[in-house]
Amino acid sequence: MNLVNQVLQGALLGGFYALLACGLSFIYGVMRIINLAHGSLAIFAAFLLFDFANDTNLSPFIGLALALPAMALVGVVLQFTVLDRSLKSGPLIPILSTFGVAVILDNGMFEYYGANSNSLGPAIGDLAFNSWNITDTLYVGQLDALIFTTAVVVLGGLSFLLARTGIGRTIRATADDPAIVELIGVNPRVVYAVAVAIAMVLVGIAGAFLGMRASFAPYDGGNLLIFAFETVVIGGLGSLWGTLIGGVILGVSQNIGAEISPSGFLIAGHLVFLVILIARTFSTGSILGRLRLKRSAA
Amino acid sequence: MSFSVERWTRQSVFFSGGIAIMLLVLAIGPLIFSAGITDHLTTLFVYIILAAMWNALAGYGGLVSIGQQVFIGLGAYALIRLSDAGVPLYLALIIAVVLIGAASLPLGELMLRLRGGEFAVGMWVLAELAHFVVALDPLVQGETGTSLDALDAFAPAAARADTYWMGLALMILLLGTLFVLLRGKIGAAIQAIRDDEIAAASVGVKVHAAKRVMFVLAATGCAAAGALWVTTTISFQPHAFFGIQWTAYMLFMALVGGLGTFEGPIIGAILFFLMETWFGATGVSYLIGLGVVALAFALFLPRGIWGFAETRFGIRLLPVGYFLRL
Repeated sequence: MNLVNQVLQGALLGGFYALLACGLSFIYGVMRIINLAHGSLAIFAAFLLFDFANDTNLSPFIGLALALPAMALVGVVLQFTVLDRSLKSGPLIPILSTFGVAVILDNGMFEYYGANSNSLGPAIGDLAFNSWNITDTLYVGQLDALIFTTAVVVLGGLSFLLARTGIGRTIRATADDPAIVELIGVNPRVVYAVAVAIAMVLVGIAGAFLGMRASFAPYDGGNLLIFAFETVVIGGLGSLWGTLIGGVILGVSQNIGAEISPSGFLIAGHLVFLVILIARTFSTGSILGRLRLKRSAA
Repeated sequence: MSFSVERWTRQSVFFSGGIAIMLLVLAIGPLIFSAGITDHLTTLFVYIILAAMWNALAGYGGLVSIGQQVFIGLGAYALIRLSDAGVPLYLALIIAVVLIGAASLPLGELMLRLRGGEFAVGMWVLAELAHFVVALDPLVQGETGTSLDALDAFAPAAARADTYWMGLALMILLLGTLFVLLRGKIGAAIQAIRDDEIAAASVGVKVHAAKRVMFVLAATGCAAAGALWVTTTISFQPHAFFGIQWTAYMLFMALVGGLGTFEGPIIGAILFFLMETWFGATGVSYLIGLGVVALAFALFLPRGIWGFAETRFGIRLLPVGYFLRL
């Protein structure tokens, strides 16, 4: 029964991973850049909310409403200062430059906030620990349910944006061929800025939930990036709904691994990721592969 | 119209001669240098190995890895294990490097199926996985780590000198291998891939074979660096050897010195060594500084100091390429 509960908790954790991963997937889908500062930016967002909650004693959800425009601005700045320039210098440079940004952010936050772990848990009161019990050993935490629901809503909203709106169509066209859209009067740099801003809003939401569900510290960004990346790859690179599947697979594997040994949480996650990553290169006919093809426009 | 193709310029003849003399001086290093300088030079050799190997992979092979610390950690771990099994220290070091180099061949077959950023992060996951698996070894005792007890059998001065010579020999061997590779047929292939992978493949360059060679060389080199590092620090803690900070250092050295040039990473390593000596004590600020400098180079001078100097002034100190004289 305990194992069943672990699987359930793992699946719920998958909702958080999907939220964390969809921004990474989005930037990759549009610009073909893997933003290595992704996890560090999520930590940055969590710290923004942490400061807000401490300074004002208001709910982190109000803080989040204010932090999201700020994160969008961070995205625009990131695009025009770092990503745009990197893209011009070939495929290697974005990897190098975003890694540089991660190093600066991680150490900068360490210098400013110190090594302590922080949490938004105390600021959200009962929501942090209330749960609905299904049986004696099976339960669903209210915060986890909220995170999972948010993930579904966010992914749905993003899919709608890309499929049905003008800006969504422009983003997809730019992702397909930035040189061609320029001919019809679209400036790819501006489209990229919009895309990165959207991605940073997603990172902001992920950072908020990160802070509410667990503790975080300045150097945690690397691990978050790995989890996000694993989620994206398991679900299929560039596929939005795939991140939900990927997140659930990763979360369940980690929780089952944790049942086996204390360090099994990370080992199992990494193993499942590597197996799927390598297996994928041998076959494109899998379910996930087909999903990826269908969604490759996103 | 008459033309000639030359490989050796007067400049590179002089410079190569200078290098040979410098290596001869370095070879008797421990006999003439103080203990402190000998230790510093050993550290520098490790940095030069790391920078050159990361550059072999990224600059020449077009493969950015943020997980090369997997081989640093495994090299050190293999040495610890072999030494614990009773193999004499410096023999164990050589076996460890060969073992990890051999293990990188099948690993490369798998990882090289990945492209670009997927390869980069995939390597990191590999490093994390190796980190946690190694930490499960009872000998390592989790994150507590263990130490290289075999070093106790040596007098400090002897250990210092032997490690120095080992470092110097491995550095010459690894950089020499890269140099010979670059001058040979595979070098032409690799440099074509560096400039344009698709174009290289279209004229018949065996892209995959060339990348495999660079992957194994880089893995072997990083294993050597890891094994050397553990003989200088004596203690082995998994997070110190499998940590992402190594990638930050390698990236800094190769990028600032000049990706895809032979000389660049050596300059980068010396620069990094000096920065660490001067500013290392400032801790976090120093790391922020490294990040800022690396980012600035990535954005404004992606070919690094040496790449810039080479194209700007047409200098080539080591004869890796060709000059066309019209």
